Amino acid sequence: MKTRFVNTALPVALLGILGLSWEASVHFFKIPSYILPGPWKIVRVMWQRMDLLAAHAVVTLTEIGLGFWLALVVGLTLAVLIHSSRIIERSFLPLIISSQTIPVFAIAPLLILWFGYGIGSKVVMTAIIVFFPIVINTVEGLKAADPDTLALLKILEASPGQVFFKVRVPQSLPFVFSGIKIGVAVSVIGAVIGEWVGAREGLGYLMIHANAQLQVELVFASIFWLSILGMGLYGLVVVLERLLVPWRHGESNK
Amino acid sequence: MPFSHAGKAVFYMKNHGSDSLIQVEDLSKAFSRGSDTLQVLQQISLSAGPGELIAIIGPSGCGKSTFFNILAGLLSSDSGSISLNGKKVPHLRGRMAYMQQKDLLLPWRNTLDNAILGMEIQGEHKRLAREQARDLLITFGLEGFGDRYPQELSGGMRQRVALMRTILCKKDILLLDEPFGALDAITRSIMQKWLLKVWGQFEPSILLVTHDVDEALLLADRIYVMTSRPASIKGSLQVELERPRKITKPDMVNCKEYLLELLEDELAVPEP
Ligand SMILES: Nc1ncnc2c1ncn2[C@@H]1O[C@H](COP(=O)(O)OP(=O)(O)O)[C@@H](O)[C@H]1O
Ligand SMILES: [Mg+2]
Repeated sequence: MKTRFVNTALPVALLGILGLSWEASVHFFKIPSYILPGPWKIVRVMWQRMDLLAAHAVVTLTEIGLGFWLALVVGLTLAVLIHSSRIIERSFLPLIISSQTIPVFAIAPLLILWFGYGIGSKVVMTAIIVFFPIVINTVEGLKAADPDTLALLKILEASPGQVFFKVRVPQSLPFVFSGIKIGVAVSVIGAVIGEWVGAREGLGYLMIHANAQLQVELVFASIFWLSILGMGLYGLVVVLERLLVPWRHGESNK
Repeated sequence: MPFSHAGKAVFYMKNHGSDSLIQVEDLSKAFSRGSDTLQVLQQISLSAGPGELIAIIGPSGCGKSTFFNILAGLLSSDSGSISLNGKKVPHLRGRMAYMQQKDLLLPWRNTLDNAILGMEIQGEHKRLAREQARDLLITFGLEGFGDRYPQELSGGMRQRVALMRTILCKKDILLLDEPFGALDAITRSIMQKWLLKVWGQFEPSILLVTHDVDEALLLADRIYVMTSRPASIKGSLQVELERPRKITKPDMVNCKEYLLELLEDELAVPEP
């Protein structure tokens, strides 16, 4: 309990100190707010333009959400296929891994070309980024089954299906979740890049737009919103993990 | 006569082969590690009649678990045979429940769900299986721990959950590999009594590996003593004493002395 309090209090305190020194430096050095606004101003803009920001945030959140689902469905399916067949593993896995050397930025214009200015291209962009950690972690999780446990299932005369659902799936869940957590952290990047390259709405679009008009407070307000979205999604995944992988927290719950 | 001599016991086995449920003959096994081989089992022969409780004792590392793994079909032997009701079989899987030395509880299942794993795989209804398991919790000293995860249990408790899982498979042959090894003396004695009760009730044939001479004497109809690696049967002892047995009775003391004598030369051999 005490460590938990410290664990929350410390980063919050550090954040406070950083915010205060930011605010102080802006005033002390007289930095104009079209270069760097102080946090107080940013918070005020966040409040004043709440409706605008929220409307764009909903768009970005939708893109992230849909992209995530797409990545999850495709990623888990592919991971199961890779796990079940050596041929699929040998042909797909090297390609998937080397595909990571392609910078997403480079293909963003193509995605806009193929999937349009609307939400579609951003969903695909997010999915492409999120997909990788999910596939890799799930494949690893499915492989992680302990040989002794598999021997036990053999003794109990379990069918391959029973081995899969009673051992491999639960065994891989913590791995899947660490993939999802990495995915969440990068998913925001996917949506924002998509919006930068070509869009009419979304927080990424709002940033570019505000930047062009030297409304730097609004740029920062969008950034704050993006990080709030990211943290919220991460928190959601942590809660889901606690529900779906309760054995990992067995000790602390009781 | 409380016990027969080693030679006699072998004679007894060979002549009553048709009576025995399980008959193991000349089972050998070597592991190869790179270029050199490690002979672990050297022509093991033993038998178990229907409803018999057989104990196997031997120095640690001699090959007892390997022997069970072969019986369970997890490993194959190099030579020798296993017969079930007089018919040669590759292994006993399907007829036996096997409690391995490690508890192998699934970390994502609580006590009850670990206990019913075998039943569940055999296709029993989950809810009914859980009810049966719940009724056994008190007997196994696990009352109030039905919904705990293995990580929250002590080594002794985990072992009891594994034993519960094995018993609940309801097979008529049980292979138990040091089932009470992690238990304290009091719990062990309770579990031994309980095992005798289950055995009396359902009359399964039990093969029990133990390194505890007292345990073997308290429980078994017949005790086989293994040599150190490569393991062969050094001798056997038919224990025809009334149960419940007391380790302090003169007959038991005699038996114990005989067994310790057999084991003595073997225990001196150092582990590799
Ligand atoms: N899979 C294996 N590969 C190689 N050596 C093994 C293997 N399993 C067991 N051994 C070796 O065989 C010997 C007997 O092991 P084990 O049957 O577990 O002994 P016990 O159960 O009597 O203590 C040990 O020396 C062990 O190191
Ligand atoms: Mg062993």
